[in-house]
Amino acid sequence: MGGVRTGVASAAESACAGRLPCRVEMAIFLEQLVNGLTVGAVYSLVALGYTMVYGVMRLINFAHGDFFMLGSYLGYTMLVTVLAQSNLPLWAMLCVATLVSVVAIACLGVFVERMAYRPLRKSSRLTAVVSAIGVSIFLQNAAMLIWGARYQAYPPWSVPEVSWTLGGVNVSLMQLLIMGISLVLMVSLYMFVQRTTVGAAIRATAIDHDTARLMGIDVDQIIRIIFVIGPGLGAIAGVLLGLYYRQIHFTVGWSYGLKAFTAAILGGIGNIPGAMVGGMLLGILEMLGAGYISAAWKDVFVFLILILLLIFRPTGILGERVAEKV
Amino acid sequence: MSLLELKDVRIAYGGVEAVHGISLAVERGRIATILGANGAGKTTTLRAISGLIRPRSGSIRLADADISQTPAHEIVNRGIAHVPEGRRVFSTLTVEENLRLGAYRHRGHPEKVSSNMGRVYKLFPRLEERRQQLAGTLSGGEQQMLAIGRGLMPDPDILLLDEPSLGLAPKLVQEIFRVVRKINEQGVTVLLVEQNARLALRVSNYAYVLETGRIVLSGPADGLRRDPRVKKAYLGEK
Repeated sequence: MGGVRTGVASAAESACAGRLPCRVEMAIFLEQLVNGLTVGAVYSLVALGYTMVYGVMRLINFAHGDFFMLGSYLGYTMLVTVLAQSNLPLWAMLCVATLVSVVAIACLGVFVERMAYRPLRKSSRLTAVVSAIGVSIFLQNAAMLIWGARYQAYPPWSVPEVSWTLGGVNVSLMQLLIMGISLVLMVSLYMFVQRTTVGAAIRATAIDHDTARLMGIDVDQIIRIIFVIGPGLGAIAGVLLGLYYRQIHFTVGWSYGLKAFTAAILGGIGNIPGAMVGGMLLGILEMLGAGYISAAWKDVFVFLILILLLIFRPTGILGERVAEKV
Repeated sequence: MSLLELKDVRIAYGGVEAVHGISLAVERGRIATILGANGAGKTTTLRAISGLIRPRSGSIRLADADISQTPAHEIVNRGIAHVPEGRRVFSTLTVEENLRLGAYRHRGHPEKVSSNMGRVYKLFPRLEERRQQLAGTLSGGEQQMLAIGRGLMPDPDILLLDEPSLGLAPKLVQEIFRVVRKINEQGVTVLLVEQNARLALRVSNYAYVLETGRIVLSGPADGLRRDPRVKKAYLGEK
C-alpha cells in the first residue's frame, strides 16, 4: 500500500520542497488519515449509541458494543446463507443484509431495555451498570455458542474491491462508503434531534424526566426510541466494519465497544456532536499512532487516551454540562 | 360541581406518609390556594394531582373521572397543566422550543401550536423578544413567565401553579399575579400553592391551609384573611 505516485498533492510538495522521501511521508500521512477517518466514522456511529443512552438515562450501556458485534454477525449470516443463494446484485444484497441486521438489533435493543434496564430505573446507577455488564456477557456467550469461538470472515465476494489512487494515496470504495454512510446518518440524526418536536422531546427528557412528563411526553416511549436508534446505528457500524476488516469475532463488542465508549467520553458523553467529533478524532489518533509509532501498540494509545481523559478532563471536549448533571 | 376534587388522599414517600388524607375541591373558573409552611405537603399534593407520584389511597377526580392511577403524561391531555416549583424550564432549549413542548399534545396541529404561542406572547411580550434565546439564559422572572406560558400551551382546564413568586423581586411578583388573574379571567381554573399568603389570598376565591400533611383550615379567601389564626401564622399580624 501507499506506493509513491507522481501526482502527490501540490501542497504537500511545496511543504516538503520537492524531496522524494518527504513526498512518501506525506502520502503515508494522508493514507493514515483516511484509514483513521474510516475507523473513526465507525467509532462515531457506535459512540452515538453510548452517548444517547447516557444522555437520557444516565446509564453507561456496556452491552452496546455487543449490539454492534451481533449486528456484524447477523449481516454476515444473511450474506452467507440466504443472500448467497439469491440472484440479487451485490449492492442489493448488502442493503438487505444491513436492513435485516438493523431491524433485528433495534428489536433486541428495545427488548433488552424492557427486561434488563426498565425494572432498575429507580435503583442506583451502579445497579443498572452491573445489569448492563450482565447483558453484555450474556450476548457475547450467546454469539459464541451460535457462531463459534473462532474468527468468521465476510466472504471475499461480498466486499466491493474497488480502489483509487488519488495523489499517491490509496482510497478504497469501502472506505468512501463507510465515511459517506456515516456522515449521512450522523447529519440526519442531528437534524432529527435538533429540528423535530420528537427530537426536542428527547432533549427535554435528557434534561429532566419529571418535567418532560408534565409536558405530556411519554418518557418510556422516548427511551424506546433511543434504544431503536442507538442499537440500529450500532448494527450498521457492525456490518460496515465486518466488510472493512472482513474478520469478526464474538469479542469485538468489547474491543470496539470500549473504543467507541472512549470516543463518546472524548467528545463529552451525553453530547451528540461530541460523539461524532470524538469518534473521528480517536480514529485519526489511533491510526497515526499505529503508523508512526507502532501498530502493535495502537490499542494502548486508545486506552491511554481514555485514562488521561478520565483523570484530567472527564467532561470531554464538548461536554461542559456533564459535571453539573451528575 | 367542582372541576377537581380530592377525597381523603394519602401520599407516602418510600414508606413515610407525607400527606395524611386530605380532601379539597376546586370549582370551575375559580382560583383556589393552598397555603402552608415548608414541608407541609403542598408540592406533594400537586405532584399527586399531576400524576408524578401515586397516592397511597383516596381519589382524585377531574370533572368526575378518577385520575389517581392515570400516568402523568396522559394527565396533561385530560386538561391539567402543572407549572412546577422552581420553574424547571428546559435550560438548554430555546424559549420557543420550551413552549412547543408545552403543546406536545397538539404536535400534529401546527396551526394550534402557533396560535397558542401567539396568545402566550401577548401575555408575556418579553418572551417573544427572547424566543430564540436559550431558556437557561433568562432572568428568574422571565423563566417564571416561560414556565407559566408553557403551562398554557396545552389549553388546560386547570393550571396548577407551584410557588410562582419564589425568589422574585416584589415588582415581578405583582406582575405574575396580575397575569394569573388575567389567565383566570380567560376561563382557566387555577390551583395555586404559595408561601406569599397575603398576595395569594388577595387573588383567590377559596383557600386551604395545610399543616404537616393535614388541612387545618379552609374557607373563602376573604374570610380567611380576617381569621386570627391565619393572620398570626401566615400574614405576620397580631
